[in-house]
Amino acid sequence: MLPMHSALTVAVGRTARRLARLRGRGRGGSAFPGLVVERIDPGFLARTLDALPHGVVVVSGTNGKTTTTKIVVELLRAQGLKVFTNPTGSNFVRGVSAALLTEVDARGRLDADIAVLELDEAHAVHFVRLVKPRASLLLNVMRDQLDRFGEIDHTASLLRAVAAATTEVVVLNADDPRLSAPRFTEGLSARVEGFGIGESLRRTFLSDDDLRREAPMDLSGSGVEGRAPSTRLESIEGRTARFTLQGEQAEVEMALPGIHNMLNAAGALALVRAVLGERAALAQLAPALSQVRAAFGRGELIDVGGVPLELALVKNPAGFRMALLSSAAQRATTVIAINDQYADGRDMSWLWDVDFTALRESGVLAVTGVRAYDMALRLRYEEVPVESVEPDLGAALRLLLERGRADREPMRIYCTYTAMLALRAELAQFADVEAVL
Amino acid sequence: MSTENGQARGPALRILQLYPEQMNIYGDWGNTLTLQRRAQWAGFEVELLEHEIGGQMPSDVDLVVGGGGQDSGQVAIAPDLRRHGAQLREWAEADVPMLMICGSYQLFGHVFVPAAQDAGSEPLQGISILDVETRGSAQRLIGNLTVRTEQFGEVVGYENHSGLTSLGPDATALGRVAPFGEEDSTAGGNNGADGTEGAISRNVIGTYLHGALLPKNPVLADWLLGKAVLHRTGEDRYRAPEIDESITREARRVAMSRPR
Repeated sequence: MLPMHSALTVAVGRTARRLARLRGRGRGGSAFPGLVVERIDPGFLARTLDALPHGVVVVSGTNGKTTTTKIVVELLRAQGLKVFTNPTGSNFVRGVSAALLTEVDARGRLDADIAVLELDEAHAVHFVRLVKPRASLLLNVMRDQLDRFGEIDHTASLLRAVAAATTEVVVLNADDPRLSAPRFTEGLSARVEGFGIGESLRRTFLSDDDLRREAPMDLSGSGVEGRAPSTRLESIEGRTARFTLQGEQAEVEMALPGIHNMLNAAGALALVRAVLGERAALAQLAPALSQVRAAFGRGELIDVGGVPLELALVKNPAGFRMALLSSAAQRATTVIAINDQYADGRDMSWLWDVDFTALRESGVLAVTGVRAYDMALRLRYEEVPVESVEPDLGAALRLLLERGRADREPMRIYCTYTAMLALRAELAQFADVEAVL
Repeated sequence: MSTENGQARGPALRILQLYPEQMNIYGDWGNTLTLQRRAQWAGFEVELLEHEIGGQMPSDVDLVVGGGGQDSGQVAIAPDLRRHGAQLREWAEADVPMLMICGSYQLFGHVFVPAAQDAGSEPLQGISILDVETRGSAQRLIGNLTVRTEQFGEVVGYENHSGLTSLGPDATALGRVAPFGEEDSTAGGNNGADGTEGAISRNVIGTYLHGALLPKNPVLADWLLGKAVLHRTGEDRYRAPEIDESITREARRVAMSRPR
């Protein structure tokens, strides 16, 4: 089929979206209109995005894509750029097409200076075949969704394909053993910039390979091409993070929770600097960075009758471990909600790679979700006390809220993705919760 | 001196985990933890030992555990494993119980032959404790799996492997893949074709099941510990710990009811 004019593509795509809505095939960002566009005009995505003056930036990796993309977008907007980005959950090619369809004018033009796209590792490979990103930010390669991707080394090879397709600059986590390996960085046509952690944080951040060992990362061979990364998270005190960006230093009081997000912020700073050049001085970026708030479901705090409830999304061992570490500073009545839908990962093995000893002293009020009993078993063998096993998410939530009302202590739920969606829906009865996309 | 339950104090059980750095990717550490805790709850002291590449193999062990790893991990450990092959075979012949999961299971067989598309990869020789051999394939067997065994009843776990294993004449399958809903019952297991899963020879068990395997299959854990106690003391005096297993039963029931 011959390529069509963008105006026609947009008209057809929007009609498809209306039809999809009429038929109730998903709301808003349905992939169906994206599919239609892909079929009738395969060049639409590339043609529209290639026209952007500052090009396309891709964010990928196992953990932290959503929050990091949000940081990059807000930093760029604070510098006066018009930014196109894809909503959470549409981090695949068709989802990006569908999101574009919403944003372009009737002639198919996108009123933006730059596109910042969060892409799932597997989908990123397809995306870069269609659109060559100007810059890419690669966060980490961790054990996650092995039931989908098979092996970590395979996941690394997916990100290598993204790096290879990038035309100008690849910004990567210099402390990630797979991303900083010579076989990853060698032969890339784009230049490579690293971000990472300073000496004093070595013990706090463990690589995935060290999960069991409690040993600090062996960074003797780390850094990219033998250099220390030029963007670093130097130290953390409470919510204050100290960053170095190309020799310039600043302390930033972060609204974002979690120390992993501070490292993500270092990656975002490095990327924005690489894209905008020297006009993006750290002193310029710091105020905007301090304002960035958590993305939906990523450590957000919900007020329930005056008592804070934190929803901590956990997807893989390293992420769960980091969430437990971040939380150790502030005690809370704790519930753990584990589902095993496709989006959560069907394999429960990962729960055995998380060290739960941090919960031994305080114990857990309830474990819940489809795999509540798997979680209960995990905690039994870690000798962490559990008050009740309640597979029903709504019932477990009510148990937690009752306890919260009684003792006025902060509450926290560690939850997998679909458990979080269900809990948010339940929470709407008790608190003001942002609508789910 | 020994009493019925919980009081028996004797020499510690020496449990050896092989290559925890390279071969612990799907929560297989949970197997070691389960063995340690159940032994302690049953009144036995435990000494956890580890062997890594280039290290000296501990002596005088009562139970050996190995986990799954990346392909690259398997390539890394194979020469070291072969160096200690004679010692491991000697233990196996002395009825030391062993549990080998996934990648370790494959290397306890004769050989792992990489898939044709992995050009340049050499066959990996194993240590032939189990009469099995494995060929790499383009397809991966992934999903929840229940295995029916004569010795241990239903064994439940999660498989994720691309190597296809076939049993030789001296190998006995651990069990047979249970029918899975509407799906083909031969879709998983050793090779996705003959309906077998795992292998057992003397007290050595090889299997593709992660999960981790032992927490949801305490019968298997207690069998391994029973053999370990027999090896240590010469007496059959391990009794399963008296704990409420209702959580275990529910976790098993749910796992068996989930989509593959």
